[in-house]
Amino acid sequence: MSRNVIKLDAKKVNSELFTLTYGALVSQLLKDYENVEDVNKQLERMGYNMGIRLIEDFLARTGSGRCYDFKDTAEKIQSGFKIFLGITPSITNWSVAGDEFSLCFETNPMSEFVELPDHCLSLKYCNLLPGVLRGACEMVQMEIASWFVQDQLKNDSVTELRVKFIKRLEDAIPAGED
Amino acid sequence: MKHQFVDGKSAPGAKAEADECLFEYLHGEIINYVVSKSKESSEEDLSQLEWMGFSVGYRIIERLTREMQRFKDELDIIKFICTDFWNSLYHKQVDNLRTNHHGVYVLHDNEFRLLAKIGKAGSRQYLCESPRLLAFTCGLLRGSLANLGVACTVKAEVTALPSCKFNVEVQRM
Repeated sequence: MSRNVIKLDAKKVNSELFTLTYGALVSQLLKDYENVEDVNKQLERMGYNMGIRLIEDFLARTGSGRCYDFKDTAEKIQSGFKIFLGITPSITNWSVAGDEFSLCFETNPMSEFVELPDHCLSLKYCNLLPGVLRGACEMVQMEIASWFVQDQLKNDSVTELRVKFIKRLEDAIPAGED
Repeated sequence: MKHQFVDGKSAPGAKAEADECLFEYLHGEIINYVVSKSKESSEEDLSQLEWMGFSVGYRIIERLTREMQRFKDELDIIKFICTDFWNSLYHKQVDNLRTNHHGVYVLHDNEFRLLAKIGKAGSRQYLCESPRLLAFTCGLLRGSLANLGVACTVKAEVTALPSCKFNVEVQRM
């Protein structure tokens, strides 16, 4: 019987490729650094580098303009997750001032097939994500901070990513001009 | 008997291309990291990249072929890699497969996805950096084949972007 009856689903293969590649990276980092905190930092930095490129894909794909307010930003970030990871996190827990919100993930494709061993409990496995958000927002003149407050890998019921608006970045004056 | 992969988990409606650029950026960052770490030595050490590729290949092939029938022989395995596997990873098949029937296979891709965006076709500008972009895939191939019972060494070769050749040399026991 010929093999051409088999069709692999490109979408599935691609997302598994991403998940597994990310896993290989994390395990390599854990080997390279003694300190788990350093791994967290390194992941965030890599995410940042990805974010500053990813935002261009996002803008090109969605054609969205500037954000009116932080609520608008939250929705756009949500749609970014939908586009790039195929998941829709819910937006919750707005702070009174409206400058902080949470993204709650029921499922996270990045941490599929993952279990944290006991000696890595301080590892923020998905720490790439806060980096991506920070990098992407910086490219649209917004400084944000984001961090995990709950993590399913640490037996929480959901994964919760907190996002905080810090300040609007001004357009820099090109060097050599006043 | 029909084999189908039912995808229950990922949400419908999301485009496959999206994951694509995500993987490319991650791949780029991993290269960055590995290269920056091996900076001290005079020669670039890409073996770590290859090793990561190996472990990914080893795992992914296990999941993909779980419900398939057994492959007939080595050539059958290589063919599967060149067609379906390559197609779902890199959105195209391998353009040309050659073998000497003694365990050496040459997979020729005229427009390899990870090289496609680093310059005009035929450009030589980034030729010396291109091995970095291939080490992961070499490992991926080696890992996939290893889990299918084929122990081999994989080398890549680029002469003009974006085409490249992967040399698979099967180790006979």
